[in-house]
Amino acid sequence: MMAALSAVAVRLYYLQVIKNSEFTELADRNRIRIRRVTAPRGLVFDCRHRPLVDTHPSFNAVIVPEDSDDLPQTIQSLETLLGQTGIKAKLDAADDEGRPEYEPVTVEERLEWPQVVALETHQLDLPGVSLEITPARHYLYGSLAAHLLGYVGEVDREDLMKASYKSGDEIGKFGLERGWEPFLRGEAGGQEIEVDSVGRRLRVLKEIPDHPGQSIVLTLDLDVQQAAEQAMQGKMGAIVALDPNNGNIISMVSNPSFDPDIFGGGVKAVDWHKLMTDPDHPLQNRVIQGAYPPGSTFKIVDSIAGMEEKTLTPETTYECNGGLWFGGRTYHCWRKHGHGAIQLHRAIVSSCDVFFYQVGEKLGIDKLSHWAHLMGLGERSGIALDNEKGGTMPSSAWKQKRYHERWYPAETLSVAIGQGYVTATPMQMAQVASIVANGGIRYRPQFVKEVEGLDGAPTKTYEPIIEDRIAFDPEVITEIRNAMSDVVNSPGGTGHKAQLEGIEVAGKSGTAQVVGNQSANLESGEDEDKIPYKYRDNGWFIAFAPKDHPQIAVACIIEHGGHGGSAAAPVIHDVMKRFFELNPPNPASTPDLTNAVPDPKVAEREN
Amino acid sequence: MPAIDRRLLSHFDWTLFLSVLALAGIGVLSVMSASYESSHHALNGLVTRQLLWILIGTIIMVSALFFDYRAMLTYSYPIYAASVALLIAVAVIGHSTGGSRRWINLGFFHLEPSELAKLAIVLVMVRYLREEPPRGGWRLRQMIIPAVMLGVPAVLVLKQPDLGTALVLVLISVTLVFVSGLSWRTMVALGLAAMLAAPVSWHYLKPYQRQRLVSFIDPKADPLGSGYHIIQSEIAIGAGGTWGKGFMKGTQARLNFLPEETTDFIFAVFAEEFGIVGSIVLLFLYASLIARGTWIAQHARDRFGALLALGLTGIVFWQVAINIAMTTGMLPVVGIPLPLVSYGGSSVLTMMTAMGLLISVNARRRIHS
Repeated sequence: MMAALSAVAVRLYYLQVIKNSEFTELADRNRIRIRRVTAPRGLVFDCRHRPLVDTHPSFNAVIVPEDSDDLPQTIQSLETLLGQTGIKAKLDAADDEGRPEYEPVTVEERLEWPQVVALETHQLDLPGVSLEITPARHYLYGSLAAHLLGYVGEVDREDLMKASYKSGDEIGKFGLERGWEPFLRGEAGGQEIEVDSVGRRLRVLKEIPDHPGQSIVLTLDLDVQQAAEQAMQGKMGAIVALDPNNGNIISMVSNPSFDPDIFGGGVKAVDWHKLMTDPDHPLQNRVIQGAYPPGSTFKIVDSIAGMEEKTLTPETTYECNGGLWFGGRTYHCWRKHGHGAIQLHRAIVSSCDVFFYQVGEKLGIDKLSHWAHLMGLGERSGIALDNEKGGTMPSSAWKQKRYHERWYPAETLSVAIGQGYVTATPMQMAQVASIVANGGIRYRPQFVKEVEGLDGAPTKTYEPIIEDRIAFDPEVITEIRNAMSDVVNSPGGTGHKAQLEGIEVAGKSGTAQVVGNQSANLESGEDEDKIPYKYRDNGWFIAFAPKDHPQIAVACIIEHGGHGGSAAAPVIHDVMKRFFELNPPNPASTPDLTNAVPDPKVAEREN
Repeated sequence: MPAIDRRLLSHFDWTLFLSVLALAGIGVLSVMSASYESSHHALNGLVTRQLLWILIGTIIMVSALFFDYRAMLTYSYPIYAASVALLIAVAVIGHSTGGSRRWINLGFFHLEPSELAKLAIVLVMVRYLREEPPRGGWRLRQMIIPAVMLGVPAVLVLKQPDLGTALVLVLISVTLVFVSGLSWRTMVALGLAAMLAAPVSWHYLKPYQRQRLVSFIDPKADPLGSGYHIIQSEIAIGAGGTWGKGFMKGTQARLNFLPEETTDFIFAVFAEEFGIVGSIVLLFLYASLIARGTWIAQHARDRFGALLALGLTGIVFWQVAINIAMTTGMLPVVGIPLPLVSYGGSSVLTMMTAMGLLISVNARRRIHS
């Protein structure tokens, strides 16, 4: 008898003393359920602190099936009131996933106001049904800057494994929402609720307050962005405007776009499918993901490289008679009858192809490639957005590696007019404009000015990041700026549509053939409008202004828009016009970069 | 304490009596805790009824002092017969809950004849075994009658099905047979028979009973099914810790995670709220009760009284050992109440009557020594 009782006592010692903490935890796990209260996400403001994205309460319909005495009837009433079907299937699916008893099931998210009212007024016919209020992301201007702002969506399995997310939480999936997720998210609060063995909620044991996310102040200017969106209306392509003095993005549009609101609270399959299968790829951010042949805008790079390498001077003269015989074939100038004897300034203004074929040929691909890379071509800009493309800036080594073939000098001719292997994103071309504007500093493009705490004080500010200081000869830059100014302002310039009253705009147009479109160029004499849309050329324009004290640098591409001067220059005009209405040029307030002496240190990176 | 003082003090066994009342008191507290629902008053129906049974039981226990236990020689067969009749009645008109038929609904009271059977089996066994065995101990053929006396109620109980009570009936009978003197050959024969019976009885077990045995070996194999009882009970006991969570503060029972929390698993309720300190006090009370019973058996005036005292003590011992071993996960789950603590009129009254008989045996010793 004593042996039996001793055995029991030993067992009790093991359970109650040795294993006590383990069993205490198990007992608590039995009875305590945590109900999370998601923290409202931080807001997003433009550079003048106007809200672009906010969070507002949204209503979900939830049902506790155990609380309904006649579930089929309740489901039927609910379906009638919500005007939808398939609720039974949702409940079954939840049960299949092992829903504990008395655990509510979300039936429909983001109810419309009439649905909310209907559920409220018919509460008595809907035992077990209730409304749950959750914060929902709202993009105040719809698709405005959608590619930059991004969107949020429900966490997926991968996110759940990574961090402290719970199923059903929202997480930034794209753009700023994704990149600045740790700031925007905040900290969820919750309630510890005591439940009994069947899951009935008995009382709240503890309230854990939530901490709303921090807000983000962008460098983007809502007014300029709206002007850009307006100017891009109905067009396919992209525009990006930078501040050449610090790399801040003033506006950024990629068209076609999408409405980020549809992703919140569970994107509907139909909408998702439509976005994914749209042949125009609205989800693609063309500013950083569209790699296009830069066309004649590339001639700025040729000019700088040639003069820096001393194979070209402003006095170098070439004869253009409409074409150049090279390597057994003729390379045409866009102007069938040629430009005659021509020097650099006029070659830029009238965009003479034959002149630049020869500039390229004298330079050779590797020297050209060297300077192009310094100016950011073939390199990612480092913008804090996902899936940026670096475009292609070929060299002989590149070709050897890529195609296991040597470089043919004739290929340099195509590259020299921005065709052939060379491709660039609108962001890269805006960088080229910005580098010319500021005299040689390559900034990393940024779009966040500061992160703001709940009290409104900045908790983190973003200083300009200099990727590179290029040791340009100031005279070279002056020469290019003057030529670019005449592109816009001289009577024969290709970019006169970018002219602004009282402000000296400098720019360069480009018209790039779409790949596979060899016959359909303007040289054939065909009328632009008669070419099928998808074979029409892409129109480019890059610009900065004011010429001597630049405050803005822009690149724009209109897909299949035809000539850059007529398709893209007007867009840039509208954007710059709006910009200078709000930021009147004031030479004293911006550094005079015309005579800036570049830092001889070539590579300077900050992070 | 000098013997003369004891004799003067009382004919009444105060140690036994107070241990019984203390255990019953622990029972009331635990039932109060286990049956508490936030919407109800703490003194609910269950607690009131339990208090009533204890009151009646105490009266029986005290009255037993004036009852000569030897009269049981006359009453044992009628009581046994009545108990078997009730078991048969259960099988016919019994009230069934949770898949087994164990109760007879008397309107105000659900009678559980298997509880009475525990007392009845002791009475008949002791009556048969009171004769001195032949030299060398009981022979096998002399064990046929006890086997039949055990077999009838045991099979009826097993059919309810109530494996736990059947087991207790067997263990009490075996205990009595052993202590009353058994020949070596009989022992070996019975041992062999028991070994043979094991696989055969497995065959006759209900699926849920087999499942419990499997769950005992690996409770986590089916945590929400048959392993649930053991797991939740161990959690409750383990969460109690040294001093316990405090009266009415055990969450396992109050929120219904513990199954059968007022009856078979009442020990877990108590252990969660009063910790190892309370559990040791409880064990100590049982130990003193069993020690008193054994002492009474040793000092009984005759062989009948000695065996009777041992049998009655055996009922307490086996049930306590099996119940606590079961709730702490040392034995498979079988439905056995914790004597004097678990809720239930039949159980409380049977146990207090048994304790009354012990007091009677003890009292007779005093008068005639």
